[in-house]
Amino acid sequence: MRARLWPELSAFAAVAVVVALLPRFVSDFRARELAIVGMYFIALLGLSILTGFNGQISLGHGAFMAIGGYTTAILSVDGFFGHQLRDLWTIPIAGLVAGIAGLVVGIPALRLSGLYLALITFGIAVSFPQLPKEFDHFFGGTTGKILDLAKPPFGLGTTTNNWIYYLTWGIALVLLVAAWLLVRGKTGRAFKAIRDSEVAAVSAGISLPRYKTLAFGISAFYAGVAGSLYAIANAYVNPDVFPIILSVYLVVGLAVGGLDSLFGMIAGAALIYFLQNHADTVARWINHLPALSLDPKQPGIPSVVFGIVLIVVMVLLPTGAGGLVRKLFGLLTSRLYTRS
Amino acid sequence: MLLAAFTWTEFAQQLAAGIREGAIYAGLALAIVIIYRSTRVINFAQGEMATFTTFIAWSLMNQGLSFWAAFPIVLAIAFTGGVAIERVLIRPVENAPVLTIVIITLGLALLLNGLMSMIWGGGNRQFHGPFSTRTIDVGGVPVSVQDIGIVVVSILLVVLLGFFFRFTKVGLGMRAAAVNRDSSRLAGVRVGWMLALGWGIAAVLGAVAGMMIAPVVFLDPNMMQTILLYAFAAAVLGGLDSPVGAVVGGILLGVTITLLGRYVGFIGSTLKLPAALLLILVLLLLRPGGLFGRVTVRRV
Repeated sequence: MRARLWPELSAFAAVAVVVALLPRFVSDFRARELAIVGMYFIALLGLSILTGFNGQISLGHGAFMAIGGYTTAILSVDGFFGHQLRDLWTIPIAGLVAGIAGLVVGIPALRLSGLYLALITFGIAVSFPQLPKEFDHFFGGTTGKILDLAKPPFGLGTTTNNWIYYLTWGIALVLLVAAWLLVRGKTGRAFKAIRDSEVAAVSAGISLPRYKTLAFGISAFYAGVAGSLYAIANAYVNPDVFPIILSVYLVVGLAVGGLDSLFGMIAGAALIYFLQNHADTVARWINHLPALSLDPKQPGIPSVVFGIVLIVVMVLLPTGAGGLVRKLFGLLTSRLYTRS
Repeated sequence: MLLAAFTWTEFAQQLAAGIREGAIYAGLALAIVIIYRSTRVINFAQGEMATFTTFIAWSLMNQGLSFWAAFPIVLAIAFTGGVAIERVLIRPVENAPVLTIVIITLGLALLLNGLMSMIWGGGNRQFHGPFSTRTIDVGGVPVSVQDIGIVVVSILLVVLLGFFFRFTKVGLGMRAAAVNRDSSRLAGVRVGWMLALGWGIAAVLGAVAGMMIAPVVFLDPNMMQTILLYAFAAAVLGGLDSPVGAVVGGILLGVTITLLGRYVGFIGSTLKLPAALLLILVLLLLRPGGLFGRVTVRRV
């Protein structure tokens, strides 16, 4: 086991260095874009713990992000018993609220497996946006809630976008380490045992209810933190900020990143952001192929590109980016170090 | 006030509306069940597939064809399309985990939705169905001919399917392939083609459902998205592998949701979807197999 540790540690160090230095080389606007990638990354880490390591499918993580986002908005705009909270302190609370919601969803999930769980969580994703519309007094209805623009604290001399970048990626790295420690430890082994065979796991004395709801709770905590950061970065929340399709995009990112590859989630997150906002660029690339002329600004292009990428990745590369890297790396090390 | 004012005539009207609503869910739920039965896959693209074929029907009718002239052409296209999707997309990942297949059908849904926006553009379209919207009087309750037509069509579909699965060689082969692939292969059933056939039939059912729904709601690329969720709920309610269950579940769900929306002021029109979700959640906890489904017992 010890020999397997150093590649992950060095990968983490490399990521940390890149994250710390990147804003020096890119524009303020790019820093904002990268911050949003970081938020998707956090949400995907949570989804990876749930789906990749525990084997439970969720098509409703957009709803947990929304819960986090709304918690932050309500606490910092309306306050808690009239006492408004600073946006920074609402982040852990948002995570906890979403995490508790996750535990609650995790209880019925115990009796539902595979496809049924996918259906129910999909239902959650679809029906959640109805709640803010119905209870508009509390959630602000379709107009939503407007937050104060995020300001760097302690008189730090950075721009808002750079501040959000460092905040997001700082939290992301902490949560990455936490996720890594979790999946390597006793809990993680229990998660994986349940994923591989529930019957075998129970026979080995692992409590299914405890670990399956725990996985849901932790995973929703991650999504809640991501949603909270998303609300802070956008400075407003409404039902359209967390659309139904967001849950689907998260699953896309998870699949592309490679289900149980924590580092792979960075690739997944980048892809979600890129395809959502730069699908017209992809359409221009495709136009270089002979006999094709797509109008990059045509509606529907993002969905088409998303769909094709998703299908191609799942058919050709079922283990995602993480699996590919692992395979290449495995090839390299086995050639170098095995005596045959 | 929790309960709105109540009259029997209005109740009957709401009931009729609920049954119509339910018959719509049932059509799509049938398609979901057929695919689930034959391939153990839930097709998240079923709604977009149905809408896509309905758009094809719309285009054909725009070219001057009558509904009944376009109908068989659309069904043929749907069948071919369904078989092609199974062959090209699903077959390579046949033995992959559930999640992989779910993700592929999600990708297919996104792709088809985008293609529809590209080809036909957004915006609502009027779709003229085969039935008139004239209302007739049924026991003192005004019901539109269209509503009756939709209900009759979905009942007809389930009878036809029942006949097909019980009395034809191909239908029996499909059931055999779903129950035990290896044994059916030994008995000479071409299992691969049976699965493709399942997708083809489901696409046809979806096309029929789409063409029944489009006159009621307007035709646009996202027409089926909420209906698909209700259809999932209906299929789960009836037990995922029972066609009769899909229709009963659909109508039960339609009636419940319509009545709840009308008479429980708190639910109104916005909370119908969460209410439906809660309904199936409770049912799944009490009866994991649904109303008509078989509970599978796993051997360790």
